[in-house]
Amino acid sequence: MELIFEKSVPGRHGTIIPRSDVPRSDDLPAGLLRAAPAGLPEVSELDVVRHFTTLSRRNFAVDTNFYPLGSCTMKYNAKAAEEAVRPFAGVHPMLPFLPSGEGYVQGSLGVIHQLSRLLAEITGMQAFSCQPLAGAQGEMAGIMMIAAYHRSRGHQRRFVVVPDSSHGTNPATAAIVGYEVLTVPTAPDGDMDLDVFRKTMNNEVAAVMMTCPNTLGLFTPHVAEICAIAHQHGALVYCDGANLNAILGKVRPGDIGFDVMHVNLHKTFGTPHGGGGPGSGPVGVGEELLPFLPEPRVAQRDDGSYYLEEAAESIGRLANFHGNFGILVRALAYITMLGRHGLVEVSEQAVLNANYVMSRLKGWYELPFDTICMHECVFSASRQLKHGVHALDIAKHLIDRGFHPPTIYFPLVVKEAIMIEPTETESKETLDAFIAVMIEAAELAETNPEALFQAPRSMPVSRLDETKAAREINVCCSG
Amino acid sequence: MSRSGYCPQTPAQVREMLQVIGVGSIADLFAVIPDGLRARSFELPDGMSEFEMLAGMERLAGKDRRTVVPFLGGGSYDHFIPAVVDHLAGRAEFATSYTPYQPECSQGTLQALYEYQTAICRLTGLDTSNASLYDGGTALAEAAFMALRITGRKKILVDGAVNPFSRQIVRTYLANLAVEIVEIAPVKGATDRKAFLAGLDDETAAIVLQNPGFFGGVDDFSDLAEKARSRGALSIVSVYPISLGLLKTPGEMGADIAVGDGQSLGNPLCFGGPSFGFLAVRKEHIRNLPGRLVGETVDKDGRRGFVLTLQAREQHIRRQKATSNICSNQSPARPDLPRHPRPGRVCRAGATQFRQGTVCQGGARGHPRGVAPQRGADLQRIHPQPADGCGNRQRAAPGTRDRRRSAAGTLVSGLGVLPGGHGNGEA
Repeated sequence: MELIFEKSVPGRHGTIIPRSDVPRSDDLPAGLLRAAPAGLPEVSELDVVRHFTTLSRRNFAVDTNFYPLGSCTMKYNAKAAEEAVRPFAGVHPMLPFLPSGEGYVQGSLGVIHQLSRLLAEITGMQAFSCQPLAGAQGEMAGIMMIAAYHRSRGHQRRFVVVPDSSHGTNPATAAIVGYEVLTVPTAPDGDMDLDVFRKTMNNEVAAVMMTCPNTLGLFTPHVAEICAIAHQHGALVYCDGANLNAILGKVRPGDIGFDVMHVNLHKTFGTPHGGGGPGSGPVGVGEELLPFLPEPRVAQRDDGSYYLEEAAESIGRLANFHGNFGILVRALAYITMLGRHGLVEVSEQAVLNANYVMSRLKGWYELPFDTICMHECVFSASRQLKHGVHALDIAKHLIDRGFHPPTIYFPLVVKEAIMIEPTETESKETLDAFIAVMIEAAELAETNPEALFQAPRSMPVSRLDETKAAREINVCCSG
Repeated sequence: MSRSGYCPQTPAQVREMLQVIGVGSIADLFAVIPDGLRARSFELPDGMSEFEMLAGMERLAGKDRRTVVPFLGGGSYDHFIPAVVDHLAGRAEFATSYTPYQPECSQGTLQALYEYQTAICRLTGLDTSNASLYDGGTALAEAAFMALRITGRKKILVDGAVNPFSRQIVRTYLANLAVEIVEIAPVKGATDRKAFLAGLDDETAAIVLQNPGFFGGVDDFSDLAEKARSRGALSIVSVYPISLGLLKTPGEMGADIAVGDGQSLGNPLCFGGPSFGFLAVRKEHIRNLPGRLVGETVDKDGRRGFVLTLQAREQHIRRQKATSNICSNQSPARPDLPRHPRPGRVCRAGATQFRQGTVCQGGARGHPRGVAPQRGADLQRIHPQPADGCGNRQRAAPGTRDRRRSAAGTLVSGLGVLPGGHGNGEA
């Protein structure tokens, strides 16, 4: 399919700008202007519509396909939540910074404040900042706040401890904030090895980062003990909230002893993934870290009105304005519609669906941790590897059958990992259809592996040469 | 029975599934959680129907003064968005898809991102763009990180005419590192070249500038970019993308890195988010680019296709090593932060740019969207002369207010848009 640039015809145009009745002033001096036009495509509106519409049809999406991506929580995105943004779309973010300006935006400030309070109740944290623009930025905020905490107490701390099953963002975030990372191996039962953990902890550890439930989809009862051990050494504990979908209403990280966590609105709270963004990663804290929350924060007076406040010990600003506000509105709408019982139902159905898939597939794929799982389960393609078939080949076959593949090759602690998270919004029929194709792939691995190596064959492109893409770099059309 | 309508299993299906699993009830699935770790509270309001929720949100939105006409600028701009942009960017195949890790079923997103990268290169005059970042301020912080890594130096000079919120973000990002940020205060809103040249030395990793500046001045930073290069420092220019239809580009100035915020490219105000940040660099810096990067390649049948490239696909292997080894050739600077591109916003940008870019009135200057903001500035300019203290270099920029607030204030008050408020043209 051609690029939009390749469809350009000199002299063609689309929309026209409204006429202006403002008297024209002098032109800017030539030295301040660009020498040559930008070279953007000259196309008509119909050209643009056909181009992007056709492109969109080369995508899988939740609205058309099942996406059992472990740790991504690709649940259905409620259209009512989209609709809720409409009345807020025209509000300028600088208004509350004018003198008395917050009076102009009591509704928008109210969205942020109400969402923050709901997230605090859902997670057992004291307060939230909705400013972080993604989960990874929420993580960064959390570790920065921990650093600020230690600095304020005159502690010299060098290390952050993570399990080797953690998502790569955890140690990466720690490194960016200037910490060295200590990694603890996973024990055969899927937990962090407690003996090694105890030996690893010392008075130079700033923080321990964990995912709860963990990245294998298992709830680890030792998690409270880990928090206690960390606190004994004066370290704080960070909870990666990516897997919150499993425990809504059942467990609150704040109750267990976590000091800080982020949530992913585009996972647990059903805002769209948009092909990779925008997401939103609000960060919540317990008492100790309250002073360090990003600023500005939305506060509420006794009369119920909202205002922005700064704080002397805040780690500072993370976003140009108030966070991904349109995403915050969607999440607030979602939580409002579901309410207490709806959110509990989310976790129960998510866990039910994952256990059902696990039970049906465990005869066909190796199951490293054969126990009741939470909202996701992890298989290994090790059995299929005996025939030369990798998790990647299973994935490509699924694409041919109209399913987006599960997460593959993560977590690292499982070879040829296939991590399946159905989410609560999928029907039993969809799960059964997916299971049938997974079984078909397992059978093909034994009887006709070549068929899997050729997959996918039904898409606009077959397997792509990624080595060539990296060696002969072409990231911009030069035409 | 489902309370929300988003959990489709019927009671009969639930029973069947529990049987397959081999447990008696859903509660059994949570048996691993000891009582002592159970939620102490979950006091949320009851749920409600879509109708009731929307009515409630409308009531809340009613507490905003929505009839205010916003001339505030400062990083967020109320441009007209052609109908076709919402129509295309809102397509579910774009909006509800995931990061394109499986390229065969993501060619829509991948090609759109490749086209976006190309458009940013054309606008900024630089060779290479990534597939976008969170917003303009964080893009600026990422650019600062890049310069620190590439040069191995520890000092950054930042013009005080750079958006103050963006400057705050840079400070937040660098707070835990042994890096010095020197702010060069502007003189009457203009870049203080003397102070820059005085501060530029062999410890400087980068100079950071903005065009148009926060106070509306338009400049040509070629001289500063050259001076920086001669001292081994990088030059980073933050730009307002619409203005690049008219104004000299960072590439033409000889800058190393261009960043900016994409809100004005087809995104509504929406109280400041979501938006996206763009980041474009000279070719030689490509392996230090943060964020996703889409590259062209072929499939095994020779057909053109697009994939994520130069990415730490192995990021879950590289983990902390990837970032401590931040000059790595294999991966962009902070690969392990899942810097998802913001295709939702970027598709709007693409559609907008390609729409607007078509309207070539008189051809030579190209992008008429740059012309419209200039007209808007004319509205606010009561006198034709440049503001006091501004030489030829500094003219009130397209789309900004005249710096002489009394004149603008008179106008604005006369329009009655913000009683007593002139808006704030300064930091």
